[in-house]
Amino acid sequence: MDQTAHEKTESQKATGVRKLPDEVLNGLRSIVGKQNVLASGTETLVYECDGMMTHRYPPSAVVLPTSTDQIAPIVCLLADHQTPFVARGAGTGLSGGALATNGAVVIEMARLNRILKIDYDNRIAVVETGLVNIRLSQAVNPDGFYYAPDPSSQKSCTIGGNVSENSGGPHTLAYGVTTNHVTGLELVLPDGEIKRIGGKITDSLGYDLCGLLVGSEGTLALITEITAKLSKKPEAVKTLLAIFETVDDATETVTDLTARAITPAACEMLDGWTLCAVEDYVHAGFPRDCGAVLLIEVEGVTEAVASQAVGIEEVCKAHKAREVRTAKDDQQRELLWKGRKTAFGALGRLAPSNYVLDAVIPRSKLPQALRRVLEIGKECGLNIGNIFHAGDGNLHPLVLFDPRNREQFEKAVKASTDIVRYCVEIGGALTGEHGVGMEKSELMTLMFSEADFALMRRVHSQFNPTGLLNPGKVFPMGKGCGETRIRTSPMHRPVPA
Amino acid sequence: MSSALTSSIASRFENIVGSAFVRTEADAVADYRVDGSLPAAAVLPENAEQAAEIVKIAVREKFALIPCGARTSLGVGMPPSRYDVALDMTRLQGVAHYDPGDLTISVDAGMRLVELARILAEKKQFLPLAVPFFEKATIAGVIASGLDSPLRHFYGTARDFLIGAEFVDGTGALAKSGGRVVKNVTGYDFHKLLNGSLGSLAVITRLNFRTFPVQSSRRGFLASFADEIHALTFVKELAASPLTPTLVEAIAPEFAKLFLEEKSPVASLRLDVQAWTVCVGFEGSSEVCERYARDLGRLARMASTQDATSVHDSQFLSLLEILREAPVSMSRAASRSIVFRFATLPGRLADLLRALRSFANSSWIPSVVLIRSGSIIYFALLPRQGDEAATKQIAYFWKSVDSLQGQLEFNASVLFCPTEWKSEFDCKAQGPESADLQRRVKKAFDPNGTFASGRFPGGI
Repeated sequence: MDQTAHEKTESQKATGVRKLPDEVLNGLRSIVGKQNVLASGTETLVYECDGMMTHRYPPSAVVLPTSTDQIAPIVCLLADHQTPFVARGAGTGLSGGALATNGAVVIEMARLNRILKIDYDNRIAVVETGLVNIRLSQAVNPDGFYYAPDPSSQKSCTIGGNVSENSGGPHTLAYGVTTNHVTGLELVLPDGEIKRIGGKITDSLGYDLCGLLVGSEGTLALITEITAKLSKKPEAVKTLLAIFETVDDATETVTDLTARAITPAACEMLDGWTLCAVEDYVHAGFPRDCGAVLLIEVEGVTEAVASQAVGIEEVCKAHKAREVRTAKDDQQRELLWKGRKTAFGALGRLAPSNYVLDAVIPRSKLPQALRRVLEIGKECGLNIGNIFHAGDGNLHPLVLFDPRNREQFEKAVKASTDIVRYCVEIGGALTGEHGVGMEKSELMTLMFSEADFALMRRVHSQFNPTGLLNPGKVFPMGKGCGETRIRTSPMHRPVPA
Repeated sequence: MSSALTSSIASRFENIVGSAFVRTEADAVADYRVDGSLPAAAVLPENAEQAAEIVKIAVREKFALIPCGARTSLGVGMPPSRYDVALDMTRLQGVAHYDPGDLTISVDAGMRLVELARILAEKKQFLPLAVPFFEKATIAGVIASGLDSPLRHFYGTARDFLIGAEFVDGTGALAKSGGRVVKNVTGYDFHKLLNGSLGSLAVITRLNFRTFPVQSSRRGFLASFADEIHALTFVKELAASPLTPTLVEAIAPEFAKLFLEEKSPVASLRLDVQAWTVCVGFEGSSEVCERYARDLGRLARMASTQDATSVHDSQFLSLLEILREAPVSMSRAASRSIVFRFATLPGRLADLLRALRSFANSSWIPSVVLIRSGSIIYFALLPRQGDEAATKQIAYFWKSVDSLQGQLEFNASVLFCPTEWKSEFDCKAQGPESADLQRRVKKAFDPNGTFASGRFPGGI
C-alpha cells in the first residue's frame, strides 16, 4: 500500500495532476451523491490506465452518473470550471482513448447499463451507453437475434465504448463494424447540451452525423444512448479449424480465399507459438506442433454453409493444410472461440507483459506482412505472437516484453512502431479497431497531411471548442519533433524487480 | 448569374485548366442548369490539384460553386441560393488503384459508373450500386446525390462499402479520410459525411471502395398478390425466414403498368399489371438458388400469391435494371411528376403506405408506388397535363403528409420535382437539434459557404 501511495505521488508529480477545487467536488457530489464521486488516490487508482497498460494518467476525480440527466449538469459544471473530462466505459480500450490526461475527471458510464427497448418488428434495440456488449446479444438470443459487432472483449466492453472506437471483432468480416449497426445516438455535447442524431430509421436526412460520431474516439461528444440494429441468427453455422505447418501457408490461404471470392463470417489466424499458450489455458484441442491455424466460420442457409465449407476446405488443402477439422457441435465450437477470444490473456503466461498492436494491411499482402512482422521481432530480439483477424487484414502482433527491463520496453516500442510504419507503407492503416487514442496519435502524420489535420481540427472545434472533452487524443501533439513513434507515457518507468 | 465573374476571372480559370476547359457561352452553361439557375462559367479541371486551385479562386472571389459530374441528379435537393461556377469533374476518370486480391478499388471522381462496372467485371467483381442513371452517372455524383440501390437489402448503402475519399474542402485544401483497406478506424470518417451531401461539403476528387465478388448465379423470383396487404405479408414473412435475399421490391399495379408500357423486355417477366408484384433477388451456388426458389414459393403461397415465377440470370439482370431506374421512370411518367422518397420502419410501412395512398386519392392526383427493402417507399404523384388545380392539390398532399409527423416515424425527401414546386417541400432535416449540428459540420468543411448553398432542406 505504501509503495502504491508513493507511486501515486510520483504519478501526480509527473503528470501535473491538480487537486480539484472543493467547489467542483462538492458540485459533483450534489449531482450524483457523495458515494458516487471518487477522489482519493486509492479510489481512483484503477482509473489511471485502461487496457493499454503502458500508459498511466491519474484522474483528478471519477464520477459515476446513472443517467443522461446527471451527465449534462456534470459536464456543465466541469466546463464552467475549465476542468477537462473524459468518458469511460469498461476501460478495455487498447489505445489509451479513455485515459485521464491533463488531470481530467473521468465520467464513468458503466452505470448507464439498461436496455431501454427491444423492437423485433423493426430489428432495433435502444440501449444505454454502459451496457456490456454481450448483454444485448444475451437478451435477444432466445428470440433468434443477436448484436453483430463482437469484439474479443465483448464480455466486459461497453457498447458506448464500442461506438466511440467503432469497434470490430472476428465476425465483422461479413457483418461490418459498429458503424454499420448503429442508426441513432443521444449525445451530451462538451457544453452540456443534450442532442439526438439519427434515429431508428436507417436512412436519416441530411449529413450522416452518426457516421461521423461513431469512431470519433470520444473527442466530439459524450455518447449516452445508442439505437442499434439487431441481426437475425443464421440458420446454420460451421466452424472449421485448418492446421498448417507454416505461417506462410496459412496467410497464403487467406489471400487465396479472398481472391476466390469466398467470404466467411470470420477468418482468424493464430500462429503455432502462441497456440501452445492458448491450448494450455483453454484445452480446446488446438495442435501444439503446427506453424499456424486458421479458425474459419461460415454462416447462412444450410446449403450455402455446406458449399462454402467445401470451397474453404479445398483452398486450405491447396495450400498444404495438414488437416481441416470441423467443430462437431456447439460446445466444441464455443471452445474454439474461447481459445481465440482469450488468447491475449493466455499469452500472459509467456512474458510479464505484452503490447497488443492493431494495424491493417491489404489482404493481398498478408504473407509478406507477416514475414516482415516476424523479421522485426528478430531484429529487436523480442518474441512476437500473431493472433488476428486475417480475413480483413487486421493484424494484432503481440509484442512480449519484461516491463522491469527498460531496454526491453524501448525495444518493444521500437518494434511496434516499425510494424505499424511498415503496414502503412504497404497501403494499410494505423488502426483497424482499437483506435488512435494516445497510443498512435504521433503516428497519424504517417497517414494524414497538414490539410487533413486542419479539417479534423475545424470539425473538432465545432463540437468541442474548448478542447476540455478528452484532450490529448487522436491529434499529434508533437511540434517539430523529429521522431514519429508510438507514444509512451511519462508515467512509464521500469517496475522494480 | 453572377456579374462578378469578369473576363479577368475567367482568364484566371483558363490559366489553371486551359481555355478549352472554361465555358462561358450561353449554350454551354445552359447544360449546367440547376433548378433554373445558370452558372456564369463551367470549369473542367484535369486533376485534383486544378480543382483545388479553382476552389481557392472561388473562395477568394466569393463565388458560389457547385461540383458536378454527368449532371444526371443535380435536380435532387433544393434550388441553390447562389450559383456562379459549375465545377465539372468529368475529366478525372482514372483508376488510382485496384487490388482485386484485396477486393478494393480507388477511382477518380468523374469515372462513369458503367465504366467502373466494366473494369470490375473483368475480375468478376462489382459494386452494389445499382442506382438511377447508371449508364451516365459518375461515381462521385452517385455518392454526392445519395441515391440508393435495390441491392441495399443485402449489401447495404454506399456508406457501408465506401472506405475512403479524397476531396477539396471549402478552403481549397486537398484533404482525405479513410484509406484503401476494408477495416480502418484511423481519423474521423469524413467520407461518410460526403455520402448524400449534394456537393455542399466538399468537391470529391477520388473515392475508395470495397468491392464484391460476382456470385456464380444471380436469380430472381416474382410473386403477384391481389393487394398490398398480401404483398406486404409476403415481405414480412420473408424477413422472418432464414433467407437473406439480395433485393426485395414490391411494385404497385400502376407501376407494373408503367414498366410494361415503357419497356418491352419486361413483357417476358410476366408482370401482372392488375396485381401487386414482389420481386426477390438471390444468388449463390445452384443448391442455394434451388433452396431459395423452393422456400420463396412456399412463403408466397402462404401469403396467397396469385402467381409466382422464377427469374433466371439474364432475366434477373433485366429486372434489376428496371428496379434500378425505377425512380427515374417515375419522374418521367408525367410531364410534372414529383417523386418522393419515404424511409420508415418496417413495422410502420403498411400504415404509412395506406396514409399516402389515401392522401393521393383525396387530392385526385394519380400516383405510383414502389417499396424497397421493406422500409423505403418511392411514391410519385403524376399530375395530369393541364391540371390547373395541381399546385393546390400537391400542397394539400404535402400538408397531409406533414400531419403524420408524430403519429408515424418516417423521413420524407423529394427526389425529383419541378423547380416551381420545390419551395413547397422544404422539409425539416432530422429536427432542429440535428440541424444545428449539421450546420456546424457545414461550417467546418466549408467555412465561407462556397459549395452548393441552400441545397439542403432547412437552408443548409
